[in-house]
Formats: sequence, C-alpha cells, structure tokens
Amino acid sequence: MKALIEGQTGTWEIVIGLEVHAQVSSESKLFSGASTAFGAKPNTQVSLIDAAMPGMLPVINQHCVRQAIKTGLGINATVNLKSVFDRKNYFYPDLPQGYQISQYKHPIIGEGTLTIVSEEGEKEIGIERIHLEQDAGKSMHDQHPSKSFIDLNRSGVALMEIVSKPDMRSAGEAAAYIRKLRSIMRYLGTCDGNMQEGSLRCDVNVSVRKIGEELGTRCEIKNVNSIRFVQQAIDYESRRQVELLETGDSIDQETRLFDASTGQTRSMRSKEEAHDYRYFPDPDLLPLEFSQNYVDEIKAELPELPDHKRDRFIAEFGLSAEDADTLVEEKATAEFYEELSNGRDKKLAANWVITELFGALNKSGIGLRESKVDAHNLGSLIDLISDGTISGRIAKDVFGEIFESGGSANSIVERKGLRQISDSGQLTDLIDAVLSENQDKVTEFREGKDKLFGFFVGQVMKRSQGQANPKLVNELLKEKLAG
Amino acid sequence: MSLDKTMVQRVSQLARIEIEETQLETTARELNNILEWIEQLNEVDTEGVEPMASVTGHELPKRDDDVTDGGYPDKVLKNAPDRESDFFAVPKVVE
Repeated sequence: MKALIEGQTGTWEIVIGLEVHAQVSSESKLFSGASTAFGAKPNTQVSLIDAAMPGMLPVINQHCVRQAIKTGLGINATVNLKSVFDRKNYFYPDLPQGYQISQYKHPIIGEGTLTIVSEEGEKEIGIERIHLEQDAGKSMHDQHPSKSFIDLNRSGVALMEIVSKPDMRSAGEAAAYIRKLRSIMRYLGTCDGNMQEGSLRCDVNVSVRKIGEELGTRCEIKNVNSIRFVQQAIDYESRRQVELLETGDSIDQETRLFDASTGQTRSMRSKEEAHDYRYFPDPDLLPLEFSQNYVDEIKAELPELPDHKRDRFIAEFGLSAEDADTLVEEKATAEFYEELSNGRDKKLAANWVITELFGALNKSGIGLRESKVDAHNLGSLIDLISDGTISGRIAKDVFGEIFESGGSANSIVERKGLRQISDSGQLTDLIDAVLSENQDKVTEFREGKDKLFGFFVGQVMKRSQGQANPKLVNELLKEKLAG
Repeated sequence: MSLDKTMVQRVSQLARIEIEETQLETTARELNNILEWIEQLNEVDTEGVEPMASVTGHELPKRDDDVTDGGYPDKVLKNAPDRESDFFAVPKVVE
C-alpha cells in the first residue's frame, strides 16, 4: 500500500517511523505503590516518590518488568538480560523530579518484528527497541486564565516506549502497524490500548524522498492520540514537506504538533533551544537483571497470539484470510467466535459474526460486551438454520429481535410461529395459488422466458411470509412449471 | 575537554541554576578543574572491564504489583507554592 506523492519534479515516497508509548497494564506504578487507576480525583494517586520529595527512593515493580518481557516476546524480539535505567533531564511543571527515569543505551528489549497486513499483502515492520520509562503528570491549560493545573496521578505510571524502524511507506501502513501492535498487547494483557484514556500515544516521524534516494530530513509529530489523527498528520506533513522541497526550500529537523481541529501540523515554538537531555545512569537504581530461565518461563505462559490464531482459522476452519484477519484483531471477538463456532459450521458462524453481528454493532455504536447477543443465543439461532427449522432470511429477523431485546432464538421462533414450511403439501398449495394468479406469466415462462423463475420463487416466499423452505420451493416449482 | 563561558551559561540554563555574569569565569575554572581530574581517570585502561554499578554485590530490589501508597493529596500538595482545589497551580504553560 505504497502511497506515493506525484509532485512537480517527480514521484516522492513517504518514510514513516513510529514511537508508540504504551501504558503498561499494572495495578501500581513503575517505581511506587500508588495506584494507576484511570479517572481518580486529582493528586489522590500520588506517593511521595511520584511527587519527587527529597530522599524518596524508587523501587521497581517486577510485574511491569514481566509485562515488558512479554511484549518483547510477542514481537519476537531480543530480551536483554541486563538493562540500565537512566535519567533524562528536562524541566516541565508536570515532571516534579526534573528528570524522567527511562532507558537509553541499554533498553530491556532489543530488535523485533511485527507483521502487518495491508492492501498489498503482508509486510514485516522492524522494531528497534522497547524500553521502560515513567509517565509524566497531566497539565490542564483551560481551567484558569493565567494558570495551568497539574495533576500528578499519572506521574510515575509505567510506559513502554516501542520504537519502530522507518519501515512504513503510507498512512495506511502506519495505521495497520498501530492496530497490530495494540492487538498483540491486548492478547498479552500488557497494555489495554485505550487511546481515549491515553494508554496508547504516538510520536510520528515523517520524511519524504525521491524513490531510491537517501532518507530525507525528518520531522517528529508529538503525542498523536488516535489512529485517524496519525493518518491525517502523515498525509498533511508529507505534502507539506514535498511542497517545501519542490520550491527549493529545505526541511528543518524539528518537533511539530498535530492540531486535530485543522488537520494540520505546526512547529512547536518552545523548541528554540534544542533539547539536551544529558542522560546518565540513575544512581538510585542498580541495573535490571534477570535470568534466561525467567524469560523462558514467561515464554511458556504466552497465550496464542493473533498471527497464529489467524493461521489456525485459515488452515483448520477453512476461513478466508480476510475473514480470519477480521475475527482475530480483537481478542474478545476471537474468543467469542471460537466459543460460537465450537461444534458448528465454522464458515456459517464466521459469516454471522462478521456480517450480521458486526453490522448491527457498528450501526448501533456499541461493543460486543454491551450487546445482548452472546455465543449461546446466536449459537442456537445458527443451529435452527442448520437443521432447517428456519430459513436464512427469517433468521435475520430473529437476529434483529435478539439484538434488540435479547432472549433465546428458540422461544422467539416458537412465539412468532416462524418455523420454516417444509411440508410439500402446504408448499404445493402456495405454489398453485401463485401460479393461478399469474397465468399470463406462466405462459410467458413456458414460451422460453426463463428469467421469470425467480419471480415465481419470490411470490411464493412472499405469500409464505418468508417461511417457505426455499430449496423445496425451487424443486416443487420446477416440477409444476415443467408440467 | 575544556569549558568556556558560553558553555557554562548553557549548562546553567539547562540545569536551571542561575550563575551571575561575574561568576561565569570562576565557575568555568572550577568546573574545568573537576573535568581535568576526571580526564586523569581516563588514562586508566578499562578495555573489556564491565562498568561497575555497585560495590555491594546487591541486586536491584523489586516489589510486587500492589497498591500500597497514595491517597493523601494534602500531604502531596503541602509544599506547593500555589494550588487550586487539589491541583498544583503553576504559571500558564501552553505549547
């Protein structure tokens, strides 16, 4: 899905690298015992460590270390048995320490890869590293005319910074990369991936070049918080750069902000002084070390990941690659499908989930979890289709009712008398009635107008209020019309 | 490596430590003395020697993922020069 830009002077290629900040799923913070729960009252989840009171010492949360290792294993990356925490020094009101504890030269996770699927098929995206670091507090600028408000609840929460290689070539690939990464982390339970709550944020590096040339100068767009915005930012930024270059200007390597209200990026004025973080190893923390055994134990406990599940759905269930991709992206959906399809026709179950259930969920704007449809009631509906009790068309109506009000498929079918008519006597009566009302068309049909067959089937179905068994109607009609 | 006045100014700005114009020369000299001493250490051949993080042989202490702290906004805000309800209030910083 290469998105090339046709300029005045030739064709340009977009080069994208992403730094994703993923909040580690944990109860307490990376170096303190304060809670990480979202939405608490200001400064209620702050320990004296997070507030950087003098003399407080950080103690690492081993669950966060485990989560980072899991994530690394999920992208087939090297796990470094020894890594080092450094101080990244800068001043900002939401950073009481005056430095962020991060990892610089020796991150916990080294190189890995992630496979994305785009319109052009599969593509491997390289991952440079993952390191553990502290989140900063949250500033609010719109509460007071001359003051900013600071809430330190988020200060010290564990983040994984996941740095990709500049391997993406379009906004679509960048979106696919984020979705895949989020999917893997959700399967692993290492990050909930909730972009609205800020659990997943993204810095986007964009540059452009003529095909085959060296990498161009890049701009970094900071803190983009939705996949759609990432795509918009890339579209805007790449065009801006091409325009500049084609008019003979050069690109300044700089940090930019994405403005969601205009869809544009703009330079961050505060960068007049280039950042100099003066990293050095944090003297409060010894190097982080663990054994290969520890890593192997974690590896043995990994759940089945989306790529593997997808391959299994294709190989064992005979699903198309597209359907399998759709079903495995969200862990909850994949689990729902597996429960539903257990002991049933796999493809039929996949169709119902993808077409009917997803369609209804999208239309009503709710998620699977809030829906009244579960694997049990949708399963029994599919059973009624499979054993011929109801037709596929009637099943859609029953599904609509389950989706709206819940309840079991069986009781809805019984209550409304929706059972399929498969009794040939009853069907013959219906067919005779239709044929006698449409003598002229019967004549036309017998004179060779074959297409009218569909019309007769439609009329019979209508007369039966959709309950006639379409297969039998077809057979019986053929006999009648031939006669 | 030797620091000049401009570099001292830059470092003092990065560290948010104010140094009077008249003190720049002296500070540069003092810092250069320290740097010279460190450069002496550089004369020792440390090829193939792992950086030593500690002399105690202790490992990094680790804790379990339990919520054991927090819930005292008044303590956290006690030294704040300015507050608005339970927020720290600072001069407006907007990008």
